[in-house]
Amino acid sequence: MTGQGRESGEGLSFWLVGFCLLIVLPILNVLPEAGSWLHVSDFTLNLFGKFLAFAILALGLDLIWGYTGILSLGHGVFFGLGAYAIGMHMMLSIGTESVYGSALPDFMVWNQVKELPLFWQPFYSAWFAVVAAVLVPTLFAALFGFLAFRSRIKGVYFSIITQALALSAWLVFNRNETNLGGTNGLTDFKTLLGFRLSESGTQRGLYVVTVLCLGGAYLLCRWIIRSRTGKVLVAIRDSEQRVLFSGYSPANYKLFVFVVSAALAGLAGALYVPQVGIITPAQIGVLPSIEMVIWVAVGGRGTLVGAVLGSVGVNLGRSVLTNHFPELWPFFLGGLFIAVVLFFPEGCVGLVRKVSGGWLSRKRNGDELDKSVAASEPGSR
Amino acid sequence: MTDERGSIIYLEDVTVDFDGFKALRHLNFIVNYHELRVVIGPNGAGKTTLLDVISGKAKPQSGRVIFGKDQDLMPLRENQIASLGIGRKFQTPSVYGNLTVWENLELSIKRESKGVFSTLWAKSTPGEAERIDGALVTIGLAEKRSVRAGALSHGEKQWLEIGMVLLQDPTLLLVDEPVAGMTDQETEQTGQLLQSLADKHSIIVIEHDMEFVRQIARTVTVLHEGTVLCEGPVEKIQSDPRVVEIYLGRKKEKASASERVN
Repeated sequence: MTGQGRESGEGLSFWLVGFCLLIVLPILNVLPEAGSWLHVSDFTLNLFGKFLAFAILALGLDLIWGYTGILSLGHGVFFGLGAYAIGMHMMLSIGTESVYGSALPDFMVWNQVKELPLFWQPFYSAWFAVVAAVLVPTLFAALFGFLAFRSRIKGVYFSIITQALALSAWLVFNRNETNLGGTNGLTDFKTLLGFRLSESGTQRGLYVVTVLCLGGAYLLCRWIIRSRTGKVLVAIRDSEQRVLFSGYSPANYKLFVFVVSAALAGLAGALYVPQVGIITPAQIGVLPSIEMVIWVAVGGRGTLVGAVLGSVGVNLGRSVLTNHFPELWPFFLGGLFIAVVLFFPEGCVGLVRKVSGGWLSRKRNGDELDKSVAASEPGSR
Repeated sequence: MTDERGSIIYLEDVTVDFDGFKALRHLNFIVNYHELRVVIGPNGAGKTTLLDVISGKAKPQSGRVIFGKDQDLMPLRENQIASLGIGRKFQTPSVYGNLTVWENLELSIKRESKGVFSTLWAKSTPGEAERIDGALVTIGLAEKRSVRAGALSHGEKQWLEIGMVLLQDPTLLLVDEPVAGMTDQETEQTGQLLQSLADKHSIIVIEHDMEFVRQIARTVTVLHEGTVLCEGPVEKIQSDPRVVEIYLGRKKEKASASERVN
């Protein structure tokens, strides 16, 4: 069967890419001397760790947008909840190493908070923080999604309401009274699980954990997409009414995929924070949430590979451009989005497929969707 | 056991009010087991609303909707009503364009549970595959099982959707204008298909095409302004002066209106 050949080919590239990211890159970071052309600097490895954390989020976003057709403009919130959970733990583990030498985080001293707020207490435990980083966004998405999908909020209305969510989360996290560091967010972390974050070994470890999590997230998403539930998700995108009248509850399926994608976003946030060393409300609001959507759009929605490629590619472009022409980046990002919408709506993956023509289209995979059909029925989303 | 005496669907004094517009007014409507019923009526008569009420899409302000012996449909949601055995074919073909014909049918087949988690681990059983094969033959799409449904012609999509509804194993089949946009030959085939189904299912068909109605109908219900105007065999209905009046009367109005314009 060609189907099996294709699957094993895809499996091969999965292991190949995994091997490169997991083994080759860290080895090139450690073994060659700093001047060698083969050497991967700590900075580069750390940068990639950040991109791959974003890719985990993009996978989840692709699941809900690319496959199910629900555009969420609020995934920055779930990312932020995960990031803040780990951030809070790392703030507490600074201890008396802080600028003011108090056991309280610096910003609390600054804001004249005398006692650690109650909701901070459990974050002394690293394991609580790790669990909370995934569980809090999961539960929050479950509640929010339950209300939204039960009320049959769809299409552009859902997008707007999630955008409102991102805005209100940004406002709440910005306030000093929330006791989450206000505008400056959480930063100045020293250690995680006893490892010093400033050491390259720690950062390498975080990178490896991120790659493993990304691999796991990819396999999870692929499993969902290939199951019958994955088919129902695509069916909801194509004709939600038919799904409903076939005896399925679309609301439950949407809730499921929303919750899964929120959990992945939380995980991404948790991996992001120790590698970048700071989380502020500016990273979880309306704009970052939209940017996340652009990653998926550029890479190619409806393909898991596209989501990963898009998040790494766009962020790589951002690093390069902001280094050389910092003022050009917003224009570039906007231009990129317009270009994707106008000229290659199926993203890079779709473009590659179109260019390579019949050869790849014959190898079309069941995991990937044809956008032309969806595009012809705008009223259905 | 289902008791097959009496009505399969029973609507009593049903009123549906859309912000002041009464789509149905005190409607009484009964269909018996193994009946093929055609519902006709001018635009705005409430035909589609009638199907909406039965399938749970519209909730009446008053009245009773009983399925089978004593199943009250009023408090149920669409998917629950579908699981009870009421299948609905929409006017515009709604199939899953990005999935293959086979996958479209496979999702629609009747199952114990259609919840998220049981579906996540579900595998097709040989019995199901056999049923899907059978449906493919019935709807004439056996050759196209691996084709993406989005690539089918309009008529083929309509048949695919009929096949999907059939695999839900409905006791009552609701069909909304099945031949709209079909060629004459497709219309004829669709008529034969519906008639062959009438042996095993109860069917309610909404139709505009009077020739098609004559081909398939046994009993016809005429709706007008949200209530039943009359009911009976197709020949009797056609010669009923009131029916002629609402159909021709409209034409007359239109004619005089256009005269005035001219």
